Amino acid sequence: MFLNFTINRVQIIAIVGSLFFFFFILQLVRKRRIKEEYSLLWIFFSIIFILISVWKDGLEFIARFMGIAYSPMAFVLIIIMAVILILVQFSMVISKLTEKNKNLIQEVGILKQEIDELIKKNNLQK
Amino acid sequence: MVLGVSMKILIIVPAYNESENIVNVISSLKNQNNLWDVLIINDYSKDNTSELAKSTNNAYVIDLPANLGIGGGVQTGFKFAKKYNYDICLQFDGDGQHIASEIPKLLNPIINNSADVVIGSRFCEKRDNFKSTFARRIGIKIFEILNSILIGQKITDNTSGFRAYNKAAFHFLSEFYPSDYPEPEAVILLGKNGFRISEVFTKMQERQGGKSSIFGLKSIYYIIKVIFAIFMTAIRRKIIKRK
Repeated sequence: MFLNFTINRVQIIAIVGSLFFFFFILQLVRKRRIKEEYSLLWIFFSIIFILISVWKDGLEFIARFMGIAYSPMAFVLIIIMAVILILVQFSMVISKLTEKNKNLIQEVGILKQEIDELIKKNNLQK
Repeated sequence: MVLGVSMKILIIVPAYNESENIVNVISSLKNQNNLWDVLIINDYSKDNTSELAKSTNNAYVIDLPANLGIGGGVQTGFKFAKKYNYDICLQFDGDGQHIASEIPKLLNPIINNSADVVIGSRFCEKRDNFKSTFARRIGIKIFEILNSILIGQKITDNTSGFRAYNKAAFHFLSEFYPSDYPEPEAVILLGKNGFRISEVFTKMQERQGGKSSIFGLKSIYYIIKVIFAIFMTAIRRKIIKRK
């Protein structure tokens, strides 16, 4: 019942689209445009999209499992979950960067003061 | 040896666009006690605060290469003090609000080792001699109640930036200091990590120039953000274990 091998047009589009997305992310990682650690969530969800588009009754199955009457809503839910998770990861990354950035600004400030002090002490020309 | 005489004391003055006050602030500090080192943290001012401060030849000046806000600025001072092995740090605002002759009141409990942190309070003795905006007074009251509940100690002036820290306290804060508007959060952070906090009554002046960094919509954001941060600080684990 869960395996149905007849293929229709929307499924072809879904498979092609999700495969394209998967390789697009892989390519970005390969070219070092995305760091590996920040690509894992994208890769994970693109594999889920591939699975859902290949396994035709999967969405139905997931929807029934979650008690969702209208199965496309299960897909919307998965997408929203993916987006939220990735955005939370971004907030974490931004927070980490903010902290590192603050420490750098403080360190540069202190070093500049020390350099000025040394220049003054040794009567060096700036 | 008289207790405290050999202690290296650093006065940290965070300054953002304080060209009107900065020279007076430095000279009032140096007139009060020439042995204190004064460190101006110029938080990427748009005016000539830095040049004026340097021209006095009486203060160290750190020019931050980007604006950090008061928390990051003061923390720079703690890092500097740690690097150069100071014994006591005192935060003194650059807007002319704090009075240099009140500083010994804050330093004494630290020198006698009866407190790790001393806060100069406008309220802990006489209540009605400091005028402030309505919103600010409400904010101050909220912080007073919150902090009393969370660390079991009544601190009357949580937003006061007039504070003295001993070595253990500022070494700790050089690693963990809240950003933006750090004062009420720092009280919880310090209380929670076992530092002894005490308050002394200090006179303060109405601001002589410049504008408060907190007003309007920003003050609502400030209160919400700080209350949230206070709760998070309260439910976090202790960072250090002390005897």
